[in-house]
Amino acid sequence: MASVWVFIEEEDGAPATVGLELLTKARSLGDVTVVYSGPGSDQAFATLGEHGAARVLHADPGDALPSAPVAAAIAARCESEAPDLILFGQTYTDRDVAGRLAARLGRSVLSNASDVELRDEAVVTTHEISGGTQIATAEVAGEKPHIVLVRPKSFPVEPAGGGAPQVEKLDLPDVGRSAARIVEHHVEEREGPQLEDAAVIVSGGRGLGSAEAFGMVERLAKLLNAATGATRAIVDAGWVPYAMQVGQTGKTVKPDVYIACGISGAMQHLVGMKDSKTIIAINKDPDAPIFSIADLGIVGDVHNVLPKLIEALENR
Amino acid sequence: MQVVVCVKQIPDPSGTYTLDPETHFLVRPDEQVLDDTDRYGVEMGLQIAQAHGGSVTLVSMGPKGSMQGIRQALAMGADRAVVVDDADLKGSDALTTAQVLAAAIQRTGFDLVITGTESTDGYSGVVPQMLAELLDVPALTYATEVEAGDGKVTINRQTSAGYDVVEASLPAVVSVTAGVVEPRYPTFKGIMDAKKKEVEELTASDLGVDTSLRQRVTAVEPAPEREAGVKIEDDGEAHLKVVELLQQKKVI
Repeated sequence: MASVWVFIEEEDGAPATVGLELLTKARSLGDVTVVYSGPGSDQAFATLGEHGAARVLHADPGDALPSAPVAAAIAARCESEAPDLILFGQTYTDRDVAGRLAARLGRSVLSNASDVELRDEAVVTTHEISGGTQIATAEVAGEKPHIVLVRPKSFPVEPAGGGAPQVEKLDLPDVGRSAARIVEHHVEEREGPQLEDAAVIVSGGRGLGSAEAFGMVERLAKLLNAATGATRAIVDAGWVPYAMQVGQTGKTVKPDVYIACGISGAMQHLVGMKDSKTIIAINKDPDAPIFSIADLGIVGDVHNVLPKLIEALENR
Repeated sequence: MQVVVCVKQIPDPSGTYTLDPETHFLVRPDEQVLDDTDRYGVEMGLQIAQAHGGSVTLVSMGPKGSMQGIRQALAMGADRAVVVDDADLKGSDALTTAQVLAAAIQRTGFDLVITGTESTDGYSGVVPQMLAELLDVPALTYATEVEAGDGKVTINRQTSAGYDVVEASLPAVVSVTAGVVEPRYPTFKGIMDAKKKEVEELTASDLGVDTSLRQRVTAVEPAPEREAGVKIEDDGEAHLKVVELLQQKKVI
């Protein structure tokens, strides 16, 4: 049996969802150990067991930025235990830990994988490239552990009915001048459903023309009990907070219905939403790439279409 | 304050990317542009160097080509550039890239290294963290705000819920998100000056970096296509089609 480790960060007192997705895959590949970073609790560990973790290595970085100490601790454990594969999510802290760990061990990192298999001595990964229009297969052979970053929503969350895992403390070394400290946490208040879990998402892009026009996206979202999303362009422009960003750099979403308002469909954005079940796009430019994946494409100005749509829904 | 900004020349993202049919490596034309997301790092570096005194050195790896992209960053006001170009680096993974950048940065000396969060063409998203590990400094990542000075750096680090305030001692690596600052447009004088600025060219062997490839792309195939949808011109009533579809999908 291969030994597969999964790095999982604690979020709001529970294992991050992407971590549970990775467990679904990991348990089909071998024996599963979770490296858990966060305060930890019996309930959190039980959740990990239920999703297939036989063992948990628990690291609690406290107010330290996890990347340097957690990577150093995992690297030290790799020397004594030699895992075959370590999986991470393509998320902020996971990227930080994976990058530092790989540099420490002198290993390659396969990023943005949508699937992963172990074959003999090699790891083989699948990647959606060019905005999801092409599928690349990549391979790393040679020294283990192999390190792979997997895009969120690549696998479903499926409990496997396992019991409580064995929990071991993972001591964090002093990382000297590589240390950094978290001095404040800020949570951006969001109304309505969360982007990652919403059944319906209404997103806005540069075609809205101004930050004020995003108000139409918000009104429509409210009427549909939907979450609001945004493209990188309007996040960078400061119209909406970063937490709303859907795409390569932001969140990956797969809602039942995705309504793209004034979004042209840059590859950066498409890769984050193209697997939505139904896609509705409203855009002025008939040649916008978003129309190539839309189930219903409306060639028209969002400033005409959205107010009428909002009014029609309000009058129902 | 010695500031190093890592920048990358990439094929113009408004065009289509071509992959070599045999190696599946990205085909890089002679004329590449500065990765747009790097303009934010360059601006941040210039502002910090200006506030505390010091210089801004650009460090870049990749085929130099016409150097158009490097000149773009120099035209914004960076003092000099180091470009590592070596045919053996073709198809390098993130670790080799980080090893090359780290070696070049060690040679230059640094208090603060600024990078983007990921390149637009490769987007492995782990080079800044690897760089920090190789330089044995903290990686303050996904910064939406940066303050540096007095031996210390503080950032707002983007998280999925909002942001954390993170601080560390210098030297450090900071990766910045696009939007961290408003990048300046090069002035005419800046563009003229850029032509005269020092650009040092190095190879992987100058830096003693092993260029053996670790990763292999074994196949690239077209993704299964999504079933074509309906596209209609708005005649003033198109919103009713949306209502109809939302009803059909039981959203309303």
